[in-house]
Amino acid sequence: MARRIPTARKTLTTAAAWTTGLVIFFPILWIVILSFKSEGDAIAPPLTMLSAPWTTEAYTTVQERSDYFKHFWNSVVISVGSTLIGLAIAIPAAWAMAFVPGRRTRDLLMWMLSTKMMPAAGVLVPMYLLFRNFGLLDTRIGLVGVLTLINLPIIVWMLYTYFREIPGEILEAARMDGATLRSEILYVLTPMAVPGIASTLLLNIILAWNEAFWTLRLTAANAAPLTAFIASYSSPEGLFYAKLSAASVMAIAPILILGWFSQKQLVRGLTFGAVK
Amino acid sequence: MGQIELSQVTKGFGDVTVIPPLDLRIEDGEFVVFVGPSGCGKSTLLRLIAGLEDTTSGRITIDGRDATDLSPAQRGLAMVFQSYALYPHMSVRKNIAFPLKMAGVPEEERARRVEAAAKVLNLTSYLDRRPGQLSGGQRQRVAIGRAIVREPKAFLFDEPLSNLDAALRMGMRLEITELHQRLKTTMIYVTHDQVEAMTMADKIVVLNAGRIEQVGSPLELYRRPRNLFVAGFIGSPKMNFVTGPEAARRDAATIGVRPEHIGISRDGGDWKGTVGVAEHLGSDTFLHVTTEHGMITVRAGGEVDAAHGDTIWLTPDPAHVHRFDAGGARL
Repeated sequence: MARRIPTARKTLTTAAAWTTGLVIFFPILWIVILSFKSEGDAIAPPLTMLSAPWTTEAYTTVQERSDYFKHFWNSVVISVGSTLIGLAIAIPAAWAMAFVPGRRTRDLLMWMLSTKMMPAAGVLVPMYLLFRNFGLLDTRIGLVGVLTLINLPIIVWMLYTYFREIPGEILEAARMDGATLRSEILYVLTPMAVPGIASTLLLNIILAWNEAFWTLRLTAANAAPLTAFIASYSSPEGLFYAKLSAASVMAIAPILILGWFSQKQLVRGLTFGAVK
Repeated sequence: MGQIELSQVTKGFGDVTVIPPLDLRIEDGEFVVFVGPSGCGKSTLLRLIAGLEDTTSGRITIDGRDATDLSPAQRGLAMVFQSYALYPHMSVRKNIAFPLKMAGVPEEERARRVEAAAKVLNLTSYLDRRPGQLSGGQRQRVAIGRAIVREPKAFLFDEPLSNLDAALRMGMRLEITELHQRLKTTMIYVTHDQVEAMTMADKIVVLNAGRIEQVGSPLELYRRPRNLFVAGFIGSPKMNFVTGPEAARRDAATIGVRPEHIGISRDGGDWKGTVGVAEHLGSDTFLHVTTEHGMITVRAGGEVDAAHGDTIWLTPDPAHVHRFDAGGARL
């Protein structure tokens, strides 16, 4: 039965929702505006700044001073690489937990999740020493490794939830049909879990793309992704708002575009199995 | 060949024993039905034979070869599941071909055998559809197709018809029986529906709490149920049980009479009663009669004019009175 809501209340709710949305979006909008102003105008009072002429000067300077595409490529390698390796480890792990659970499966899952509750700074020193001693500082391979490990619990958890929605009888049928464990996962489970795997993949690429704790601390120049590229414009000697804004826009634009085009897939994956 | 033998097979989950030691021999080409109330262990037994569950102890041999520790695939059996368990992302053609692909059958032969199986099951025009585009009956046929294409030693059916509506169920029942007559392959069929058991089986295995209560042909079970459980489970409507002096008069603790073995009369008979509910099916009339010995169900052939409140006399056919002792065993 549909509830009848008075028009006045409906208008009010809609207005409140739009206001909240705008407030949350405002900083991003502000950064985009700032990035199209000259450095001098960017620090002017808001009204003066808004009426100042538009320019792409900040973008040109940023591209001249630092190699955007190098950082972009580092971000792609690190986020996609760590997500793919993570999936390769997590698919069999989630399979085992979803379809042949043991007495300790739930504890194991909770333990994995609990590693996410630990502050990253707590292991900064040992991690740094490990990286230094193994010669992994400022390497893409090192970052791929650390981001794989950081996001692995989330990947396993997401896949575990999706896999649990798949009827076990179908996998048993595959076993009866002579499928080995490998063919069972490859030909039956994975294709059926494609929506779930796709949304896990997308979400983890986004998480890895935005990860800024380890990427900032374990890289210098060679392996630095876009997060480090943004950070390089916030220097203690004085902030260059326009350039910082331009760098930020350039860093978030690719992932925003990816998210925009895959939002249907993302939402479908995140609500997978919620309603049956 | 498809001769299956279980000796002293047991199954427990943790501390719970689902199947106490059990022996059973299934001959090649037999249609065997495991029947029993839900939770009686019939599906577990089937899954033990399939290899989807490991036995806790005991031995399973298939064609004389020890199969206890073989994987499901190595046992050479095919299974049809209650939920059909089709691969939703594959076309009907690929579903049926999947076991052949897993067995490494060359593509040309695969195509040939899929076509042949599809023809047998009237699926030829659906081969390129996905399972989601098929009706329940068609899905069940695809599941059967996937089973027959492998030419297994035996077919295992786990309540395959319980997701279908009544009319379709009857049709599929006939199809499976015909399939058995044509292929002459061993079939093991699990159901809780005693009508399916009676109509399809060469041999029925009645299970209760993991134990085999009786093994026999449908008519053997109908004519000579070994105990009260089997007597009450086989036959529809259910056998009437009478205890007390009426049973004592026949030297038994309980007597059982099937609804079809009771005569009715308006003038006189053994038991006087009042008609409660009268169910008129046309071909049969079922009367639920309240007597001093309890509620008795009577099956009167054809159309009988009896209505609620009528007084009638019932007379059990002495040749068909089953006698049981206090422990429930047949006398």
